[in-house]
Amino acid sequence: MACESVKNIVVAGLGGQGVLKITDILAEVLFRAGYDVKKSEVHGMSQRGGSISSEVRYGRNVASPMVPAGECDILAVLETDQTELFLGKLRRGGVLITPDDVPTDKLNNPKALNVLVLGAVSKHLDLPEELWRGAIAAAFPEKLREGNLAMFSLGRE
Amino acid sequence: MDKQLLSGNEAVALAAFDCGVNLGCGYPGTPSSEILDGFSALGGDAEWEPNEKCALETAIGVALAGGRALVTMKHVGLNVAADPFFTVAYSGTPGGLVVVSADDPGMASSQNEQDNRRYAISAGVPMFEPSDSQECYDFLCAAFLLADQFRSPVLFRMTTRVCHSKCVVVRGKSAPDARRSGAFAIDPKSNVMVPAFARLAHTRLRPDLAALRAPNEENLYNKIIEKSSDLGIISSGVAYQHAREAAPDASILKIGFTHPLPEKTIREFAAKVKRLVVVEEGDPVLADAVRALGIAIDPAEEIFRFGELNVDRVRKLLAHDASEEPAPRVAPHPPQLCPGCPHRKTFETLRDLGCLVSGDIGCYTLGVMPPFNAIHSCVCMGASVTVGLGLRKMLPENEARRVVSVIGDSTFFHTGINGVVEMVYNRPPTGHLLIILDNRTTAMTGMQENPGTGKKLNHVDPAPRLMPEDIVRGIGVDFVAVVDSTAEQEKFAALVKECLASTRTSVIVVRRPCVIAAVRSKKSGN
Repeated sequence: MACESVKNIVVAGLGGQGVLKITDILAEVLFRAGYDVKKSEVHGMSQRGGSISSEVRYGRNVASPMVPAGECDILAVLETDQTELFLGKLRRGGVLITPDDVPTDKLNNPKALNVLVLGAVSKHLDLPEELWRGAIAAAFPEKLREGNLAMFSLGRE
Repeated sequence: MDKQLLSGNEAVALAAFDCGVNLGCGYPGTPSSEILDGFSALGGDAEWEPNEKCALETAIGVALAGGRALVTMKHVGLNVAADPFFTVAYSGTPGGLVVVSADDPGMASSQNEQDNRRYAISAGVPMFEPSDSQECYDFLCAAFLLADQFRSPVLFRMTTRVCHSKCVVVRGKSAPDARRSGAFAIDPKSNVMVPAFARLAHTRLRPDLAALRAPNEENLYNKIIEKSSDLGIISSGVAYQHAREAAPDASILKIGFTHPLPEKTIREFAAKVKRLVVVEEGDPVLADAVRALGIAIDPAEEIFRFGELNVDRVRKLLAHDASEEPAPRVAPHPPQLCPGCPHRKTFETLRDLGCLVSGDIGCYTLGVMPPFNAIHSCVCMGASVTVGLGLRKMLPENEARRVVSVIGDSTFFHTGINGVVEMVYNRPPTGHLLIILDNRTTAMTGMQENPGTGKKLNHVDPAPRLMPEDIVRGIGVDFVAVVDSTAEQEKFAALVKECLASTRTSVIVVRRPCVIAAVRSKKSGN
């Protein structure tokens, strides 16, 4: 397989939960780490509370921007009832992360669930913490920066 | 800065900026909308126009005066702009004119999945098809060079996955080209398409277009991957990216400059492989062209014409596996009107009054969903008004009186105004009622400004604010009212009832800002 060395991450949830926000951060971190990166999602009508997913692929040379069925290494879901819908993407032995796997009771803002889950995802990638913190800081306005960095650290614990 | 992670749309914006484009214009439409926002953010001169026809015509003017112009739209937008598109193909322009058509195979956010590669063939316009963000950058620069050399408009055909996927892009130009200054040379034979001159222009167009085949055989924008001779794949666009992953051992001819096609290259490639398959998204445009050269291909099953391709589907296509794709085990959440959306009360009221609703294109088309079930037809931008008029003219009187047209503010400015002219000019015997849903933004495509919002594209510069009620009064509509259907639901219901009972031509403007736009505007301190 030409793309055997390619790793795949899928993040899913509902429109408005910040799925695209954290996959943008994830793709940026992998890009800064020197990988070839492709990221894909569908915008538009699905924003209005509908099911939404975004896919990030990285490796030496990525071809298709879309993750084939059964080849996803990490599936992160922001809304538990969406898990079933995307489970077919996950490879055998792949990592599934749902809100049940993160300390949602310690959220400083319900909207920061996405960054909390991103912290949990980051544990499975061997990348320096400064890269993550730099990309998160760049992705949020000043007043939301500290709160999101705290949630990232909590998810990464 | 020379290497970045960019979406296809962002890469087009960057290339346009680096090519010194004098004006970027268009009408918002998923998946094309972010191009002009990006171009404007880089410092380019960009504007939303009322519709795609206006945008293309403005761009033609810029290019007639020697400038470079980029026009962006979604696939169905090119239907609206088709009239100038076909004729500017004859006249050409001394400046550079590139038209971006962002097609939506799979209809993530569209009413059809038409394949706009056919426009290039039909109008006789050269076409590029990028397969990732890097090619979006490189091919757009190439398109402007080609436009210079051949005085021809160029069609730049993107698709949803190319527009919205992010990939690594190396910026090709170290500094942007200088923006050109304008000058107009009077040349009626080239620029005035009356029959006598248009006949000459058409006889020039065909050989000029055919002459582009020879440089395309040099394969500057095409790629040949020579591997196994057992299987050869001809592909274009994002389908190529899926194909090289689905069939890593196959030989591939990937065409980036897809009209006019490099026929010699295709013949030579075909001669080297035992089995030849065309992998393309949408209509069998490449497949038909290859067959027309007398080359035998192993045809794809019809099922692969529908929807997007991906690696799994290309594997099945190559294996002649036309079995139905497994339905998801659970249904995805359908999109819905946001909590607090002003359209909710409007559709509740129309549902409760038993109206037959002729709808239009925008967030409010979601009024078709439960619990509203209050949109009963939807065709294209602007059609709500005129389809409603047709219903009124055909139905018996008691049924005709139930018919209401609903249109959003941006769609009203797009092509709804003409319908109001028709409503007044050829009024149905029962009159008609048009409801303009004015939420003061172009919500569906991501909150773009429009002629009714009082702001230019960049959300900052002020613009004259056109009021729909003033426009329809000026056209001569009998009765015009403005109401907030959320704050004044009973008043709104009474007005609708009154209008339906009368034989007047009526317009009710329902005005209340989009909840999402209101939050954003508060955040940005506006």
